[in-house]
Amino acid sequence: MRKLLYNQKLAPYLFVLPFLLTVAVFWLFPLVRSFIMSTQEIIYGQAEFLGFANYERLWRDRVFWKALWNSLRYMLLTLVLLVPIPMILASVINSKVGSERIKGFFKASMFVPALTSVVVAGIVFRLMFSETSSGMMNQIIEFFGFGPVRWLREDLTGLFALLVIALWRWTGVNTMYFLAGLQAIPQDYYEAASIDGASKIKQFFHITVPNLKPTIVYVVTISVYGGLAMFLESFMLYAGNMSPNNQGLTIVGYLYRKGIQENDLGFASAVGVVLLVIVLAINITQLVATGTFKKERTR
Amino acid sequence: MNRRRLTASVLAASLALGGLAACGGGGDSAEPAVNEDGSTDVTMWVFAEVHADFYDAMAASWNEANPDRKINLEMIVYPYEEMHNKLQVAVNAGEGLPDVVDIEVNKFANFVLGSNPPLLDLTSAAEPYRADIVEARLDLYSKDDKIYGYPTHVGAFVAFYNEELLSAQGIDYKTIVTWDDFRAAGQKYNQATGKAFGLAETGVTFVEPLITAQFGGEWIADDGETIDVDNAETLEALTLLQNMQTDGAISTIAGGSPDAEEAYGMINNGDYAAIVYPAWYTSRYVDYMPDLAGKVAIAPAPVTANAAVETIGGGGTGTAVTRTSPVADFAAEWLAYAKLSPEANVAVWEELGFDPVNMSVWEDEAVTHNPDNKYNQYFTTNLFDVLNGVKDGIGHWQSFSSPNWPPVDNLFRTVTLNELFEEKKPAQDVITQAQADLQNELGQ
Repeated sequence: MRKLLYNQKLAPYLFVLPFLLTVAVFWLFPLVRSFIMSTQEIIYGQAEFLGFANYERLWRDRVFWKALWNSLRYMLLTLVLLVPIPMILASVINSKVGSERIKGFFKASMFVPALTSVVVAGIVFRLMFSETSSGMMNQIIEFFGFGPVRWLREDLTGLFALLVIALWRWTGVNTMYFLAGLQAIPQDYYEAASIDGASKIKQFFHITVPNLKPTIVYVVTISVYGGLAMFLESFMLYAGNMSPNNQGLTIVGYLYRKGIQENDLGFASAVGVVLLVIVLAINITQLVATGTFKKERTR
Repeated sequence: MNRRRLTASVLAASLALGGLAACGGGGDSAEPAVNEDGSTDVTMWVFAEVHADFYDAMAASWNEANPDRKINLEMIVYPYEEMHNKLQVAVNAGEGLPDVVDIEVNKFANFVLGSNPPLLDLTSAAEPYRADIVEARLDLYSKDDKIYGYPTHVGAFVAFYNEELLSAQGIDYKTIVTWDDFRAAGQKYNQATGKAFGLAETGVTFVEPLITAQFGGEWIADDGETIDVDNAETLEALTLLQNMQTDGAISTIAGGSPDAEEAYGMINNGDYAAIVYPAWYTSRYVDYMPDLAGKVAIAPAPVTANAAVETIGGGGTGTAVTRTSPVADFAAEWLAYAKLSPEANVAVWEELGFDPVNMSVWEDEAVTHNPDNKYNQYFTTNLFDVLNGVKDGIGHWQSFSSPNWPPVDNLFRTVTLNELFEEKKPAQDVITQAQADLQNELGQ
């Protein structure tokens, strides 16, 4: 026994075993099962083999493409918002500008939204974006002289509401990531640069951004996945999965509608498999392009 | 043997077999779980608090009538969506099911798919009451001539008019008989006040089926499966609605239907004067629109010229017994009493304000015209006077009970009605698109 435990060859495998088991039970098995189910029609646990009929139906389904488009544009826009804005905020917090106490308070309060329940927040946002003239957002824009907007009935204003939720919820978290990344950059670089006469802006683009690259890659990766997998925000904002013209329907929302609401688990599995392929394709391309898979030395 | 002891012995046996028997679970025994005092435990899932109160009352009244075979009803209330999803997962997994469950009509088809549905055939348990029950409502929850669920109400479409607002413009709601009258009255009202008259609903598929049915049409063909939304009657119905919208007789509403939080406030405020909706909407007036007490009249729903049917039933809840329940037969017997008996149907009206499915109640003046009834006090006309007037003209709209109705309803509530009333696309284009989408979705 002792010999086994002290075995140098075996030890590494023992240490990664919990991880491998978790992956196998919670990832690999469901994945294979989903793929098998995607080729079946399932009624009350009775499966019947269909081949690729579910995928064929998916290809021709207008609503699927709409959901895919909704998810993709949401993902892209969250990237546009949730990478630069938190990066700038983190730089401000990390700089010597302003009082430490105020910045400390700011840091803490920015993080609070991430800790609140999306269910509660979604309901609050739904009421804020109400189409009646007494809704909060309508009162704000009325103050600036614009008429009431039917926020959750028009495509773009509905998207705007979803982006506001995303921004509200994730800015703090991303700021923390960037702050951690910033604090790992040695101060010497900045000192040397300022002795050479580089301006603050030049320093930001030539020292901060390149040194933050691992953090940026990480944030982009989780944002791509998070954006494509978004469901609950839309579900709460539209009080269910039925938004006008499916404008708030995401690809996961579509999966949920098909599998859970319409009892078509086989078809829903096909949606899930397609989502996985898309997410992996985007993420792997992006990781390869940014050189994450290269070895440390050759980078 | 009570259920807990049964579970314990099964557990012991499974331990003895090295856990092999555990796969079978505790529900294998067909022996009903009767307690020592002769009562039977029955679990039930519902999605509305008011329904739970109603069933509790019916359990109490059953226990009074059957002291030796009492029911020990354990009621669990879940939110609407959550309950149906949980049930869906349970029927697919084949375990964790309740004995009795309330299933909303638009979800019902999901639970009677295939040749071996997970619900118990309730036909024989309904027999003692069947003669008095509106057959069309049983059809709604039937498949292959087997009844799988008992209805709660008829849900006949009626019209609710805000008498005060209408008479201020010199409109007498009693003169509104056809949709043309409705349209003219709405146009007059809208031009005089600048306010909305009726509703163009984008979030609920109700008035469109009503008018299509009045024109004699269906959305799903006679075989019960083939999608047929692109037909002359539907086109006529949707065009009629679109024209009414153009004239200002109907307008869209926040929330997409009168049965939404935003809408209650606006209707209570007098922003909308006429609502054509199933009769169960009475309860929403009484519960959510207290300011309109004594101002709202109930009248027959408008009809088309030479209407095929005067009105149809809309919405509903079918209560079912799960087939694998160990107490299925007892539960079915109780359920028939709780939902179909005359006593139950009096309670449906008095407690819930719904139009009951047992027609004998409709004629019982002592019940229907009870001056102490809160619904009778709220409205200026009596619901049953209206219902008895159209009694012979209540049609059954087949499409509502088709297994393919849920996707049709989904599509209309999300896309089709929005295209019609918000984007104002031509009705023909809208139904052509809907037909194509549904055919693809259902592989037809």
